[in-house]
Amino acid sequence: MTPSVVLVTGVSRFLGGHLAARLAANPDIDRVLGVDTVPPPRDLLRRMGRAEFVRADIRNPLIAKVISHASVDTVVHASLSANPGSSGGRTAMKEMNVIGTMQLLAACQKADTVKRVVLKSTSAVYGSSPRDPALFDETMVPKDLPSGGYAKDAVEIEGYLRGFARRRPDVAVTVLRFANFIGPRIDTVFTRYFALPVVPTVLGYDARVQLLHEEDALAVLERAASHEIPGTFNVAADGVLLLSQAIRRAGRVAVPLPSAAVGPVSRIFRSARLVDFSPEQMRLLNFGRVVDNTRLRTQFGFTPRWTTMQAFDDYVRGRALRPVVSAEQIESVERGVLSLARTLR
Amino acid sequence: MTARNTQARRGAPVSEARVIPLHPDASGGRTRWRLGKPGVAPVQPPAPEPEPEPVAAEPDPAAWEGALEAALTFARRRFEGDYAVDEFGFDADLTDNLLLPALRPLYQKWFRVETIGMHHVPDVGGALVVANHSGTLPLDGLMTAVALHDDHPAQRHLRTLGADLLFKLPGFGALARKQGSTLACNPDAERLMRSGELVGVWPEGFKGIGKPFRDRYKLQRFGRGGFVSAALRTGVPIIPCSIVGAEEIYPKIGEIKALARLFGAPYFPITPLFPHLGPLGLVPLPSKWYIEFGEPIRTDALDPADAEDPMTVFNLTDQVRETIQHTLYRLLSQRRNAFLG
Repeated sequence: MTPSVVLVTGVSRFLGGHLAARLAANPDIDRVLGVDTVPPPRDLLRRMGRAEFVRADIRNPLIAKVISHASVDTVVHASLSANPGSSGGRTAMKEMNVIGTMQLLAACQKADTVKRVVLKSTSAVYGSSPRDPALFDETMVPKDLPSGGYAKDAVEIEGYLRGFARRRPDVAVTVLRFANFIGPRIDTVFTRYFALPVVPTVLGYDARVQLLHEEDALAVLERAASHEIPGTFNVAADGVLLLSQAIRRAGRVAVPLPSAAVGPVSRIFRSARLVDFSPEQMRLLNFGRVVDNTRLRTQFGFTPRWTTMQAFDDYVRGRALRPVVSAEQIESVERGVLSLARTLR
Repeated sequence: MTARNTQARRGAPVSEARVIPLHPDASGGRTRWRLGKPGVAPVQPPAPEPEPEPVAAEPDPAAWEGALEAALTFARRRFEGDYAVDEFGFDADLTDNLLLPALRPLYQKWFRVETIGMHHVPDVGGALVVANHSGTLPLDGLMTAVALHDDHPAQRHLRTLGADLLFKLPGFGALARKQGSTLACNPDAERLMRSGELVGVWPEGFKGIGKPFRDRYKLQRFGRGGFVSAALRTGVPIIPCSIVGAEEIYPKIGEIKALARLFGAPYFPITPLFPHLGPLGLVPLPSKWYIEFGEPIRTDALDPADAEDPMTVFNLTDQVRETIQHTLYRLLSQRRNAFLG
C-alpha cells in the first residue's frame, strides 16, 4: 500500500515542494525524489528534509533513467503550471505542460517498477460557459471545450494519461481535478488578483467562485500518493463565494469594466506583471465554475477542512490584506446615520 | 396501464373548482374568491386596509427607526460580503431583502395577483411547479416566485429553471442566479429537487412566452418532457400551475424578425406600446392576475426507471399539460375583464 520510492515533479513550486516535504516526513516511504528544472528556494529545500532534489527537465529522456535507476514505484506529476509568467511565456508553458507530460508518461510506461501515477489536473477542463449545469461531476464533458491555454493543456494531458492507463493496466492512475487554490502561502493568479487594491471585474457578470485551501490540496495529493485510489476526482472545497462577495470580504474595491475594455486592461496588467489572466480565466470570471466533490468524500475518502469561505478568509488574514475601507469606518457611518435619524425625529 | 390510471385521476380536479378563502377578513366573514360568483361587481378586492402595511405608512418613530436599522445592517452585510450563497449562486439574503420587496408593489398593486390552491404546494421537501409561460417578458416567473414566498405559509423560495440565453445576458444572468434561477437542464433540476427545493419550470419556453397575442392561453408544445423525467427520477410531486393575466401585460401583436436576428434574440416583439413609445413601452399593462396551483401529481408511486420509458414520460407530460390547459379555460371563463378581473 505505502509506496517505497516516490517521484514528485515540480518541486520548486509550492505544491510539489511541500508535498515532497510531507512525503519525506513519512518514515514508511524509503525515498522521495523531487524533480524540477530549477532548484527550489532555500527555505523550501530545507523543509524538504531527506527528499532528494534531482535537477532534470521532464521533457528530456533523461527522466526515464532517473525513474529506472531509482526503481520509482509512484509518480506524482504536480508540475502542471497555469501561470505563464513564472514558466517563461505561454508557449514555454504549453511545451512544459504537454510535452513534459508525454515524456514523463513514456518513461513511466517503460519502467516496470511504476505502479501508481497521480496527476495534478484542474477543474478548468470543464470549461466555463452559460450553457453548463451549475455543478460539474466527474462524468460530465464541457459544452464548449476550452479553446486554449492551461485548460486545453490539461484536457490534452488527461487524454494522454488515459492512453497510458490503457497501455499499462497494471498501473493505478489517479486524476485530481483541483479547483483554484487559495491560502496564505501559495502564489497563484487568484491570490495576486484579490491582493490588488482595486480589483477589475467584468461588468454585468458575477461568477461563482469555488476555491480550495492550500493545506487541503497538499493533504489530497499526499493521500493520493500514499494510497491506491484510482479514478478521477474533483477536488474542491464546499460552498461558493460570488466574485463580488469575495472582493468585498477581502476589503477590496471592485471596478466593473465593460467587456470591451477588459482585453486592453488585462494586457496592461500583464505587462505590468501584476496579474496575468489567460482568456479561459477571464471566462471563469464571467461565468464561474463549481464542481461536485461528492466522489472525493465517498470514494477518495477525504473531506476538505476549509470551506471556500473559510479558505478565502484564511488567505485574507494570512496575507494581512488591509481593507481599503475598514470595518470601523463602516460602523461609524452606520452609527452616524442612526444618530442623525434620531435627531431628525 | 399507467396512462389509464392517470386518466382516471385527472377527471376529478378539473370538474370541481376548489374555492378557498383568500383573505381572512376583519369583518368576521370570509371573502371568498369572487371569480365564480355571479353578480359581484368586478372591482378592487374589498378590504385592503386590515393587511399589515409596511412601516412606511405608519409614522410610528420606533418602527421607522427599526426599519432604518435593519436596512443599515443589511447594507453593511452586503458591503462586507457577510452572507451565504449556495452552489447555484442563489443569494437568499439579497432575494429576501431587496429583490422580493422590489417586486412586491408590482405583485400587490399593479397585477393584484390572487393565488388559488396554495395548499397544494408542500411546506417542506422537493416539488416541481410546472406552469404556462406567456407575456413576452418572463414576469410570470417572477410573480410566481413572489406568490410562493408571500402567500405560502412556509414562505418557500421558488428555484426557477431558465433558458441558457438568460445566463448569457450580462446583468440579467447574474441577477437571475442570485434570485434562485439556474439553467434548465436535468442535472441542475434533479440536484435541486433532491435537496428538497421547490423548482419552477416553464416547459413551453420561448414558444410560449413569445407567442402572438391571438394565440393567448393556448398552450404550446411542452418541450421533450425533460421536466417529467427529472421529477420521476427524484420522486417529487408535479404541481400544475396555471397563470392567467400574464398574456395581457405585453400583447405581442407583431414582431421584427430582422432585429431579432441582429440581437440574437428569439423574437423582437411589437406591442401596442413598444417599440414606438421607447422605454415607456416597457411598462406592463395592469392586467389582473390569477395563479392557481392544481392538485399535485405524485410520481413517487412510479418507478424511477420509468424516467427512461418514453411512453410514461409522454403520458405524464400530456396529463400535466391538459390539467393546466383546462384550468386556464376555467379561470378564463370565470374572468369578466382582463384588467378588472
